[in-house]
Amino acid sequence: MAKLDSAASLSQMRDQLKVRNSELSSKDSPQSTIQVKVTMATCGIASGSRPVFDYMKEELGKRNIPALVTKVGCMGFCYAEPTIEITMPGKAPVMFGFVNTKKADEIIERFIRKGETIEGVIPMNYEIA
Amino acid sequence: MKRGTWHVARITCSLSRKNMAKQIRIALRNCGVIDPERIEDYISRDGYMALATVLTELTPGAVIEIMKKSGLRGRGGGGFPAGLKWEITRKVQADQKYVVCNADEGDPGAFMDRSILEGDPHSVLEAMAINGYCTGASKGLVYIRAEYPLAIDRLKTAMKQAREMGLLGDNILGTGFNFDIDIRYGAGAFVCGEETALIHSMEGLRGEPTVKPPFPSVEGYLKKPTNVNNVETFANVPVIINKGWEWFSSIGTEKSKGTKVFALAGKINNVGLVEVPMGTTLREVIYEIGGGIQYGKEFKAAQTGGPSGGCLTKKHLDTPIDYDNLIAAGSMMGSGGLIVMDEDDCMVAIAKFYLEFTVEESCGKCSPCRIGNKRLHEILGKITQGNGTMEDIDKLRNLGQVIKDTSLCGLGQSSPNPVLSTIDNFIEEYLEHVKDKKCRSKVCKSLMQYLVLPEKCIGCTLCARNCPVNAISGERKQAHLIDQEKCIKCGACLEKCKFNAIIIN
Repeated sequence: MAKLDSAASLSQMRDQLKVRNSELSSKDSPQSTIQVKVTMATCGIASGSRPVFDYMKEELGKRNIPALVTKVGCMGFCYAEPTIEITMPGKAPVMFGFVNTKKADEIIERFIRKGETIEGVIPMNYEIA
Repeated sequence: MKRGTWHVARITCSLSRKNMAKQIRIALRNCGVIDPERIEDYISRDGYMALATVLTELTPGAVIEIMKKSGLRGRGGGGFPAGLKWEITRKVQADQKYVVCNADEGDPGAFMDRSILEGDPHSVLEAMAINGYCTGASKGLVYIRAEYPLAIDRLKTAMKQAREMGLLGDNILGTGFNFDIDIRYGAGAFVCGEETALIHSMEGLRGEPTVKPPFPSVEGYLKKPTNVNNVETFANVPVIINKGWEWFSSIGTEKSKGTKVFALAGKINNVGLVEVPMGTTLREVIYEIGGGIQYGKEFKAAQTGGPSGGCLTKKHLDTPIDYDNLIAAGSMMGSGGLIVMDEDDCMVAIAKFYLEFTVEESCGKCSPCRIGNKRLHEILGKITQGNGTMEDIDKLRNLGQVIKDTSLCGLGQSSPNPVLSTIDNFIEEYLEHVKDKKCRSKVCKSLMQYLVLPEKCIGCTLCARNCPVNAISGERKQAHLIDQEKCIKCGACLEKCKFNAIIIN
């Protein structure tokens, strides 16, 4: 990583990253991709999010579905861990709870591939500042 | 017509309130959103922009003014105004000053700080650098429990990345400002969350508190001025700079601004980490966000502030939660643990549980805390065993007050709170334990008897065969009998009986 030598270079970097991120989640951009976030704080890992993370990464690759799988911190839904959040390009994020590899398979095949509505969605109940 | 308009306005208002999300995530804004191990993710969400603004556009005094106007108060428990603390540290003349982040989260059931450090470590680093700029410190230290290995890992990764990008270290962003951060590990002693004990522990001494003043802001780590703030307090700082103090102070109540993160636990449906504006009521937190009490049972109490806090009851359900209201209700904000209890929880046993923790964690330096809490615990033990007297309840009250008034540090000054607040709010349960020798929640084993109902018992012998201490006797096909002398109240018989013939008296 190159050293940032001024406030201007930081804000330039931020702007570039923002553009990249909006391209990732936009429907029409050639960079657009499905974004998968797996909660991997201590609590998430303890309730089994690591195998889910590995599974999503491997299986999405194997099944030729372009996706960006990232690990994130706590989403706050301890009662429903492991939780994962899927953002389809151009759409609002959808959060799933109690995800194991079997559920992950269902999410890939039915929700991601076919766009079906499936069970296990956690309603978002907060706004982010 | 005026009345009509007013009426409509009220309806729209209540409707929009209902649909509005109750939670606003400020401290947790990036948790669950960014990859905590990628600094680019943090930067893409305006990360380190607050530091850049502060370093290039604002004087330290101006930043402190913003912090003071924002009304941000310490989120670690005490609720001391953060801006004021920064100002005090700034005003002291010294060749070296320190910024310390208190990540010694020790309350049972609290995990706000861990979640922030694991989900968004850069926000804390950025805020510490801002604090360093304001107070004149060039060195930051994070005091974190060694029991948080993942948080430590992510913190280290974040520090490494920030250094590589020139956001920590010498000449940050080419402004000539130098600031770097190091980690110090705590061994998990509850008292080390108290700032003077924390500083001693960092110096390699015993984790014992000392009398304040001098406050750490004046004389702290290595006798140098040291600004100690909690993880959650720091996590709020960059947003305040980016969005302005006006925005921040528009959230919350008159004297408590912004939001508070609570670790919602206990007998509640949606156990989780929530962040609500100050002034949200307990009812909203428990029933709307928490999804209500498990198995449709009745709410009895909510314990806030961990072992230093007290219990809030049904009558507090509609009290807006903020620093001052919680103190007035005999509890405290603490670091934000919120444990919900239902009808199956015995309040005397709960008080005893917290005292057990305090007795274990008292550093032993001052006698009110060392001896007093031990005595409180013994008296509670006596009561839960059915040997309590009315005098014992008075003793609990008096002794509790003395411990509060005379202890050296915050641990002892608050440790009797669980006892005093349960006596205040649930005196009838204490009286039942003492006078009737009964525990209505069927928690205190010494006050319980397992009995066989002869009319329901068919003499299948299943209970007798499963009793680990052979306390159950009886002929086949005849009603059985439990020997109360031998019975250890394990409940195995009750669990095994298929005919509901065993009851707890």
